[in-house]
Amino acid sequence: MAEPAKTPALTLTPTTPCGAMLPLRIGTLTLSEVDPGHLTAMAPRQGGALGAALSAAHGLDLPGPGRATGTDAARAIWFGRAHVLLMGPAPDPSLAAQAALTDISDGWAVVRLEGAGAAAVLARLTPIDLRPTVFPPGQTARTEVFHMQAAITRLADDAFLIMVFRSMSQTLVHDLRTAMEGVAARAGD
Amino acid sequence: MRITCPICGERDRREFYYQGDAVALRRPDPDDTPEDWDAYLHLRDNPAGVTRDLWYHEMGCGAWLVVTRNTVTHEVLGAVLASDAARGAA
Ligand SMILES: [Zn+2]
Repeated sequence: MAEPAKTPALTLTPTTPCGAMLPLRIGTLTLSEVDPGHLTAMAPRQGGALGAALSAAHGLDLPGPGRATGTDAARAIWFGRAHVLLMGPAPDPSLAAQAALTDISDGWAVVRLEGAGAAAVLARLTPIDLRPTVFPPGQTARTEVFHMQAAITRLADDAFLIMVFRSMSQTLVHDLRTAMEGVAARAGD
Repeated sequence: MRITCPICGERDRREFYYQGDAVALRRPDPDDTPEDWDAYLHLRDNPAGVTRDLWYHEMGCGAWLVVTRNTVTHEVLGAVLASDAARGAA
């Protein structure tokens, strides 16, 4: 009687949305992938007190429309009408009474574009006004990046956090790379 | 063309999806006449001038808006949240 076939050893390796495509360095600019940790969409309940719960549990101010609060370790990013994204920590259970929570971890590709000319790169891809007076650090927008639904947050004068659906990560990197190359090519102008 | 979203501020037209006449906010009651329902479903004005449409801020905040605009001059005269318009005198 034949020996039962041996199951080959199987190793599952997690991959990030952008995988080996990043990081990229072109001229003065870098594009790197961000591991955002947990992503939780929070839809505040009417009459609830999400702000107080978020502050008590995670030390984060609840951002109003177009604003983002927090640091790399934990952020709260306004994410559309009646939506705030919690990025980083797993949501504290106390939040559930104040907002409808949806785990969207791994659903988005998150990248960081940084360096002199970062705004010029994004200006090739998005219709929003990126001038520092209109879109300073701490400002965020739901908008488009070259036909993709996106969220753009300005972290610093020359640093942006850019999010698109995970399935579009390859297009995002391609479009950003093309724009970065264009800006770098004109750096001497 | 730019539309000022009440939530996001002034944005480029490409962020918005056009749905059609804001008549959708004036749905007849179930026992209204067939003529009312016929008009609601099928009859639209085609004004040369000011009109009100439903637009969706698809690439932005995801809000439905009632946009008032002029079909002759292409001016965008204003935009309010459809939820507010539906609650008020739509
Ligand atoms: Zn909007």
